[in-house]
Amino acid sequence: QSPATGSTEGYTIYGRVKIPSVGTKDYILPGKISNVKVILNGGQRVTFLRPDGYFSFHNVPAGTHLIEVAAIGYFFSPVRVDVSARHHGKIQAALTENRRGLSEFVLEPLKDEQYFEVREPFSIMSIVKSPMGLMMGFMLIVVFLMPKLMENMDPEEMRRAQEEMRNQGVPSLASLLPGAARSN
Amino acid sequence: LYEDQVGLMDWHQQYIGKVKHALFHTQKSGRKRVLVSTEENVVASLDLRRGEIFWRHVLGTNDVVDGLDIALGKYVITLSSDGSILRAWNLPDGQMVWESFLQGSVASKSILYIPKNLKADKDDLILVFGKGCLHAVSSIDGEVLWKKDFVGESIEVNHIIQSTDEIYVAGFVGSSKFYVYGLNAKNGELLKNDHKALPCDTFGELLSVSGDKFVVLDKTRSKILTINIKNGEISYKQKPISDLIEDSSGQAVILPSRLPELFALRINSHVLLIKVTNEGELVLVDKINNAAAVSDALSIPEGQHAFAFVQHEDSKIHLFVKDVNDWNGDLLKERVVIDHQRGNVDKIFINNYVRTDRSYGFRALMVMEDHSLLLVQQGEIVWSREDGLASVVDVTASELPVEKEGVSVAKVEQNLFEWLKGHVLKLKGTLMIASAEDVVAIQALRLRSSEKSKMTRDHNGFRKLLIVLTRAGKVFALHTGDGRVVWSILLHTLRKTEVCEHPIGLNIYQWQVPHHHALDENPSILVVGRCGPSLAAPSVLSFIDAYTGKELNSLSLAHTVAQVIPLPYTDSTEQRLHLIIDINRYAYLYPRTSEAIGILQREFSNVYWYSVDADNGVIRGHALKSNCIHKVVDEYCFDFRNLWSIVFPSESEKIIATVTRKSNEVVHTQAKVMTDHDVMYKYVSKNVLFVANAAPKASGEIGTATPEEASLVIYIIDTVTGRILHRMTHHGCQGPVHAVFSENWVVYHYFNLRAHRYEMSVVEVYDQSRADNKDVWKFVLGKHNLTSPISSYYRAEVVTKSQSYFFTHSVKAIEVTSTAKGITSKQLLIGTIGDQVLALDKRFLDPRRTLNPSQAEKEEGIIPLTDSLPIISQSYITHSLKVEGLRGIVTVPAKLESTSLVFAYGVDLFFTQIAPSRTYDSLTEDFSYALLLLTIVALVAAIFVTWVLSQRKDLQEKWR
Repeated sequence: QSPATGSTEGYTIYGRVKIPSVGTKDYILPGKISNVKVILNGGQRVTFLRPDGYFSFHNVPAGTHLIEVAAIGYFFSPVRVDVSARHHGKIQAALTENRRGLSEFVLEPLKDEQYFEVREPFSIMSIVKSPMGLMMGFMLIVVFLMPKLMENMDPEEMRRAQEEMRNQGVPSLASLLPGAARSN
Repeated sequence: LYEDQVGLMDWHQQYIGKVKHALFHTQKSGRKRVLVSTEENVVASLDLRRGEIFWRHVLGTNDVVDGLDIALGKYVITLSSDGSILRAWNLPDGQMVWESFLQGSVASKSILYIPKNLKADKDDLILVFGKGCLHAVSSIDGEVLWKKDFVGESIEVNHIIQSTDEIYVAGFVGSSKFYVYGLNAKNGELLKNDHKALPCDTFGELLSVSGDKFVVLDKTRSKILTINIKNGEISYKQKPISDLIEDSSGQAVILPSRLPELFALRINSHVLLIKVTNEGELVLVDKINNAAAVSDALSIPEGQHAFAFVQHEDSKIHLFVKDVNDWNGDLLKERVVIDHQRGNVDKIFINNYVRTDRSYGFRALMVMEDHSLLLVQQGEIVWSREDGLASVVDVTASELPVEKEGVSVAKVEQNLFEWLKGHVLKLKGTLMIASAEDVVAIQALRLRSSEKSKMTRDHNGFRKLLIVLTRAGKVFALHTGDGRVVWSILLHTLRKTEVCEHPIGLNIYQWQVPHHHALDENPSILVVGRCGPSLAAPSVLSFIDAYTGKELNSLSLAHTVAQVIPLPYTDSTEQRLHLIIDINRYAYLYPRTSEAIGILQREFSNVYWYSVDADNGVIRGHALKSNCIHKVVDEYCFDFRNLWSIVFPSESEKIIATVTRKSNEVVHTQAKVMTDHDVMYKYVSKNVLFVANAAPKASGEIGTATPEEASLVIYIIDTVTGRILHRMTHHGCQGPVHAVFSENWVVYHYFNLRAHRYEMSVVEVYDQSRADNKDVWKFVLGKHNLTSPISSYYRAEVVTKSQSYFFTHSVKAIEVTSTAKGITSKQLLIGTIGDQVLALDKRFLDPRRTLNPSQAEKEEGIIPLTDSLPIISQSYITHSLKVEGLRGIVTVPAKLESTSLVFAYGVDLFFTQIAPSRTYDSLTEDFSYALLLLTIVALVAAIFVTWVLSQRKDLQEKWR
C-alpha cells in the first residue's frame, strides 16, 4: 500500500500475492508458494514470496515499472506500477490484461491453468459418434432398410429405370469441370 | 497432451550448476543433506545419500550469491547481489522465511558471517559487510539491528572477527595500511581502533589463520607478511618465501582454504603447508606435489581439526585427510578412480561421520573441472551429478548410426513374451477393464520403452544425438529418446593452461555429415573456442567424432576468430567448407586442403557475408578479394573488401537485435494463394537480415525511459546488396527485442511504453515483381514456372504486410518449428519469463486478420482480429514443468514431415516432439495394435458365424 522511503536513490514496492487453495478460498499451503517468483521489469530483478504471500522490491527508482508473477498452474496478469516521486513513493497499480486499477496492491490469479487435456470417460455414445461408429451405423441402416425398399418396387419400373440409365451414355468430361470454360 | 503421456515423448532434467559454496547438514535424525549455492545463481538442498534435489531456487540473473550459511540450525541464509539482499530459507522445504535489503552506497567485497556462541539474548546475529557498511541482522525475522558505515574511512574490509561481546573488523586502506576496528556486538558502537602502515604494498586477499592472525603476500609475491592483532593492537612480521623453500621462483598464491594456524601456499606446481606459531613465526610443515585442491578445516568433536587435500595421478586421485596439529598421522588416505573426462578437482568440501566401530569416517564433496559434482566416501564415488549441463552455450543435432544388417541389438530388444505381455496390458487399458495395477504397469512400460532409446537411426527421425557445448569446455552427446549422456569429452583445447588462461567455448558447427559414405564414415563436428573473453584472444578448433566423442584433431590457430561462416559447399569427403574471419580483417579457409581451395576459387564471386558492429551502429557487407599479402605466404588466407555499409544515426538509433534466417530452412511453397484467388509470391531470399534499433535513451531496461523518449525502428536488409527492403518505426516502444525470421516473415517481441504492455509484430515480405504469374489455374495445374532461380542482383519490387498484437508475458527466447520439407504449418515457440515454452500458431500472427473476416477468409482459416494474442494453457509444450533459467530453444526437423523436435535449455533441459498440424502422416502413440488385431479376429469370427448361419438357412430353404 504505502511504500516506505528508502535512501534517496529509490523507493520500496511492497505487495502481496494471494493464491486460492483448490476447493476453498483459504490461502494455499506453503509448499506451493515457495516456487512462485515475482519479476520486476522483465527479469531485471526477481524475488520470492514470504509465507504470508508478501514480497518487496527495494531501491526502485521513481517512474513506471512492470511486475509479473510466475506461478505454475495459475495465470497472473502483469501489473503496471507507477512510483510517484512527488508523493514520496506512493504507488498506483493496474492490471495490464484488463486495465483494472488495484486499490490495494494484492495480486490474485485471473484464472487457473490446466496444462493437460482431459480424457473423456468411456461411453457407448463416444464410440457411436466416432467416424468408425458412424460408418457402422450407416451400414446397419442400409442392410436392414434396403431389402424392404427393393421388395416394394415394381419389376417393370425397375426395368424402365435401367433402360434410361443405359440411354444416357457416358457423361462428358466437360460437364464435370465448371472452370474449364474459363481456362479455355 | 494428456497427463499420462508426460515422459513418453519428452524428458526433463534439472540441474544446479557449478557449486560455489557447500554446507553439510547431518545433525540429528532425519534426512542428511548438502546445501549448495552455484554459479548459475541456484540455492539448493541435495540429498546426501543420492545427490537428488530436495528443493531448489533459481535467483534472478543479476542476483549472484555471495555467501551461504546456516542460522538457528533451521534457516539457510544467502547473501546475494553484492551484499545487498539477505534471505532466509526454511531448511526442510526451501520456503523463503524472510528477506532483507541492506542499504549501502559503494561497491565493496561482500562478507557473510554468523558468529558462534555469541550470547546476545540467545538471538543469533548475522553480520554482513556489503556496500561499504557492516550490518547486524536478526536471524529470526531479518530485522537490521544496527549498522556501521565504513565508507568515510575508505576501508576495504577483509575480515570480521568475533570475540566475547565484541566484533572486530579488519581490512586495508589502499594496499599497505592495515586497520582494525572494535565494535560492541549489541549496538555497533565503536570501542577502539588501531592501524599500522605495512612496509610494502600487498597482493591478493588477506587470509585469517586464527582469530587474531592473518597472512598476506607482498606485492612482488616474494614475501609473506604475518599480521597479529592483540586486544585491538596490530603488529606484523615478514618472511621471504626463499627462507621456506629453495626453489621460490614463480608466482606464489595463498590459497583461500581456512585452516587454524596453518595456511596453504601454491608456488609453481606445489602446495606448501606452512604453520603459524603462537609467536607469529612461519614453519614449513610439508610440500605437496601435484596438489589440486585443499579444503577448509572441519572441527571434529575431541578438539581436532581435519582438512583434506587431493593429489592427481593419471586417472586416479589421492584423497588425504589430516589433522591440522598432527601432521604425521593420516586420518584418511584413499585412492579414487575418476573418469579423466571430468578433469581436475576444482574444489573440495569434507564432512565427517561416525562409523559402526565408533571411529571417524570422512566423506568428500568434489567440484570437478567440468562442473560436475561427486560425493566420495570410502574410496568410492557414491553419486555424481553432471551439473556442467546447467551451462549449455551451443547445441547442434547429429544423426545416429545407420542400422547395419547382422549387427545384433539384442541388448535393448524385448523378447517376444514381453512384447505380447505389453500388448495384452495395453488391450486391457483400451477396453477399460484394466485394474489399477495394470494401469501402473502400462504407464511404466510406455515410459521405459526400449524403442526410443536405441543407438541406431529410426525411420521417423525421432532418435538423434543432441550435441551440446557447455561453459566448462566439455561437449556432451544427449540421446533424444531419454536424455541420457551417450558420450562426453572435456576438450583439452578448452582447459586452462599457462598458454590459455581463460578458455571459453564459443560455438559448435557441423563439420562432416556423410551421406554417400554413411556406412563407412562417422560424422564429425567442429568446436570453436577462445582463450579469453576478448576478441583478440587466441583461438582453438577441435574436431570431434559425433558417434564416439573422440577428438579427431585440434588446431591452435595462428589467428583470432571474430566470425565463423559455414559455406554451402562440401568437398569430396563431405566436409563443409568454413571461412573464419579474424579481427585483422582476413578470411581463412578451412579445411586446409587443395581441394577446398579449388572449390572456393570456383565459387569465389558467390561468397558474401555481413558483419554487425553494434557499438558503432554500422552494418557492412563483405566479399572476398584476393590472397593475403603477408610476410608468410598462406594460400588459405584471403583479403576481403567492403561492398556496402549502412550507418545508423547514433543520436537516434542504437542496434539492439539482429536476426537472420536459418541457412538450412526449407520453404515448400513459394507462392501463396490469397482469399480472392490472387497469387502472391513470397520473398524467400536467404540473404536477409532483420535489425531492431532503439532510441539511445530507451536501449536500457524497462522503466528507464518515458514513452516520448522511446522509439523502435526495424529494418529488413538484403545482405548481398545492402538494400533496405523495409523500414518501420514503432513510437513509444523499446527493447529488449526477441525476433525470429522464417520463410518470408519475421516476428518480433518488444515493449510498448504507452500501453505499458508487451507487443508482438509480424512483417511478411512479398515479391511484387513476379505478379504477372497470377493465374491460379496455371498454378493449380502446375504449369507456371516455379523453378526460376532467384538472384540477389535481381531487383525485387517488394511489398510488405504487417500487424501488431499485445502479448501478455516477458519473453526470454523465440524460435519457430522446422520440418524436413517445410509443408507443415508453423508454430512459434515462445520461452516466457515463467520459464515455460508456449506454442503459438503462426495463424494468430497473420497480417490479413480483420475484425470481420469474410466467409471465404473464414474458410481459409484466417482468425478474427483481436488486440492481443491468446495464451491457451494447453499450448504450453512444457506442460506443468519449468525449464529454469531458460536461455535458448532449438528446433530440429524429424524425418516425419509432421513433427519437429524441440530442445529448450537453461539451468534445466527439456526435450519434446511437437506436431503443429497434428500427426497426419503416422499413427498416434495411442494407437492400439492389439485392439486392431482383436477387431480383425472378431470380424473373421463374425464372417464364419454368418456363413454357417447362411448355410443352415439355405439348407432349410431347400427342404421347403
